[in-house]
Amino acid sequence: MSDILKYFRQDRLPHIWCPGCGHGTVTGALVRAIARLKLDKNKVCVVSGIGCSSRAPGYLDFDTLHTAHGRALAFATGIKLARPDLKVIVMTGDGDCTAIGGNHFIHAARRNIDITTIVMNNNIYGMTSGQYSPMTPKGFLGTTAPYGNPERTFDLCKLAEAAGATYVARGTSFHAQMLIDLIEQALTHRGFSVVEALTQCPTYFGRKNKVGGAVELLEWIKERTVNAKAAAVLPPEKVAGKLLIGELHKNPQPEFCDEYDKIIAQVQRKFEGFRGGVRGCEQNSD
Amino acid sequence: MPSAKLMQGNEACTIGALVAGLEFYAGYPITPSTEIAELCSEELPKVGGKFVQMEDEIGSIAAIIGASLTGKKSMTATSGPGFSLMQESLGYASETEVPVVIINVQRMGPSTGMPTSPAQGDVMQARWGTHGDHPVIALAPGNVKECFDLTVRAFNLAEEYRVPVIVLTDEVIGHMREKVLLPDWEDVKVVDRARPTAPGGYRPYEADLDGGVPLMAPFGQGYRWHVTGLFHDETGFPSGKADVADRLLRRLDRKITKNEKVIRDYVTESVEDCEILVVSFGSSAMSALSAVRRARREGVKAGMLRLKTIWPFPDEVLKDLSRNAKAVLVPEMNLGQLAYEVERTVGCRAPVVRIGKVNGDLFRPDEIHDKIMEAAK
Amino acid sequence: MRTEFRLSGSGGQGLLLAGIVLAEAAILEGKNAVQTQSYGPEARGGASKAEVVISGEDIDYPKAMDPDFLLALTAEAYRTYGKLMKKGLIIVDESVPPSEDIIARTARVPILKTAAKDIGKSVVANIVALGVLAGVSGIVEPGTLEAAVKNRVPKGTEELNVAALKKGFELATAFKAKA
Ligand SMILES: Cc1ncc(C[n+]2csc(CCOP(=O)(O)OP(=O)(O)O)c2C)c(N)n1
Ligand code: SF4
Ligand SMILES: [Mg+2]
Repeated sequence: MSDILKYFRQDRLPHIWCPGCGHGTVTGALVRAIARLKLDKNKVCVVSGIGCSSRAPGYLDFDTLHTAHGRALAFATGIKLARPDLKVIVMTGDGDCTAIGGNHFIHAARRNIDITTIVMNNNIYGMTSGQYSPMTPKGFLGTTAPYGNPERTFDLCKLAEAAGATYVARGTSFHAQMLIDLIEQALTHRGFSVVEALTQCPTYFGRKNKVGGAVELLEWIKERTVNAKAAAVLPPEKVAGKLLIGELHKNPQPEFCDEYDKIIAQVQRKFEGFRGGVRGCEQNSD
Repeated sequence: MPSAKLMQGNEACTIGALVAGLEFYAGYPITPSTEIAELCSEELPKVGGKFVQMEDEIGSIAAIIGASLTGKKSMTATSGPGFSLMQESLGYASETEVPVVIINVQRMGPSTGMPTSPAQGDVMQARWGTHGDHPVIALAPGNVKECFDLTVRAFNLAEEYRVPVIVLTDEVIGHMREKVLLPDWEDVKVVDRARPTAPGGYRPYEADLDGGVPLMAPFGQGYRWHVTGLFHDETGFPSGKADVADRLLRRLDRKITKNEKVIRDYVTESVEDCEILVVSFGSSAMSALSAVRRARREGVKAGMLRLKTIWPFPDEVLKDLSRNAKAVLVPEMNLGQLAYEVERTVGCRAPVVRIGKVNGDLFRPDEIHDKIMEAAK
Repeated sequence: MRTEFRLSGSGGQGLLLAGIVLAEAAILEGKNAVQTQSYGPEARGGASKAEVVISGEDIDYPKAMDPDFLLALTAEAYRTYGKLMKKGLIIVDESVPPSEDIIARTARVPILKTAAKDIGKSVVANIVALGVLAGVSGIVEPGTLEAAVKNRVPKGTEELNVAALKKGFELATAFKAKA
């Protein structure tokens, strides 16, 4: 326990999350993974956007950056590229990551920049009291989906893979041990790694949808998921409509900062005068 | 000894940035600023710096703030549509006191407007574009050499006061090439942010409440501090307390208001006895100066005040100069944005004449000359 | 003394580069020079205009007000900017038909043909034109212009461009002899 505690800013606790909120479980899993890897506290930087989930970095004893809604990955890109030696971790919500931050997400994946992104997916906008998000299942209720959400959700893991992420996994706050393992794997992967952590918001998602409190929600999460390895051998009807959990995609590829460093190695020299060029002779616009 | 070179405004901005210590550029291409990105992509890796083309301008400014937090001098460049997208994190940089430089090569707007035509319509956006009260510095080069000088200064001011600094140029100045004699790099004064010496007891936002600037630790060096766009106390952690918010916002504002005198920069010509005062900036001021000189040759007591600092606005100087003026003329390539400030400052000392041009062309000197002669009648 | 040049044609003809070289040559001779541009939204094809102001004194206004020399390489440029010419000389490509409402003094010079036929590369028409402009105006020494051309053209094309420049000078000499 003490090796975990040292990664927390204990004077910042207790946290602001509601009783039964799953964000604490996911944050705990991250810290346990970090502890297992014995990462140097001074070389880890955790970045988040805005949302209940994005409050997590404030409790962690690293350099931490709580940015604007959806922008965590863009800020993190600047940090990582400027300081490739740092371990950069992004903690984001389903709304933060897939709605307002969706573009930054797919481009960070495309670049394969060495950032571990943990998406705390509670299927709702928790912070703003329960509006539907791009991850709210069709038909479910939110304060802005009073008749049932008419929209479809993303399959976040497939999205990440298609966009170029080189490590993709899905875990849940119910399968806490597995979540630690997956985050550990993601942290050791060099490249853009994504762990979607299914988690619960009893206050808004659970109550609004009459699923119940934290326990019932965890049960619900358990019911809607199936282990990816087990799924391979299960009859199709046992897998249909369920979300796979476990490691879903791993495909090591050259990492962006490494590639940039190769360019530097080729062209670096002492800055001399600038000769001027014909740049701008043929102009495009718009 | 450096020799005179033919250089473009956008090139001069980039070289200024490099001389000031630029190490990180993130941007998204947009006319008429793109040469800055192109040149940075070429030059930065040569000095071990980094360039990244982000997915949009929202991401660009976010990335440079992230890089600046690691202690690297960072900038982006854009034009109107991109500048609009940057407003969100411009406020973030103000609130969290992260030094960054944003070069806005203005073009005709609103919206996509006229991409290849000059304008000066972002004066007020530079000041009030992001929500909430916030400190801001905006500099306006009036020629290519000043693109160099003021970009260096932008970095120095950003580092000194820990604020985002905007360099407002326009299509004419950005693309214009002229003879420039740059100083020896070694002679250029470069300012670096004040840093704490050791992590122990670091309170990231502790500073004199009367406009003090806190010490800034780079990420990744053991300080393990927290940065948030929420109102925060001296520790950097969020606080919803009324007095904490009030203290922080007033201190942020005071950083600039207290130092207005040293930040303000302008040039004058023939103002000693002037009756017709022309106030302008950027490329409009080139046309205006030509008009003022011609009026002088024709015996009209015209004078020129050209602002190199738009924000903070040089109230006192203008008050002084307008005391004996018969009229104050404000030519600008918008429908009267700087004029608002001029009217506010001049008050009833003299009538203020707005001369707005919004057809995508630079003023011809005779257009302004005519107005000077009219006012002198 | 302030001398104003306007170089006009279509995008992709390299007039901006010609303007830059002219301004740079003036600077090499210790004069002041400012070059500005305007261009259509297309990189190629659209109308393109570069202006150069050269003076021994301080240049306040950077654009041409009443050009001393207009170079026009397309009919459109000739008609658009030719009409505005008052005191100056128009140098227009021979292939462009004359227009009655353009009254300024006009030199018709086979710039495009010289580039295509004599040099064998129409892309160097801009440098041929530059030679004509410099030769007719006498604004800079041929040697300085040659240095400026070498400095600004893409590596490996120096010889070709210097040859084009010399052809331009010859065209200028021929015009002056006639005039
Ligand atoms: C630009 C902007 N738009 C809207 C908001 C309001 N807002 C804050 S958090 C949030 C949603 C957060 O949802 P999610 O990312 O799923 O996080 P959760 O609270 O569920 O953990 C919204 C819409 C904001 N802060 N900024
Ligand atoms: S509102 Fe939901 S997501 Fe937010 S803290 Fe409460 S339970 Fe967690
Ligand atoms: Mg959520």
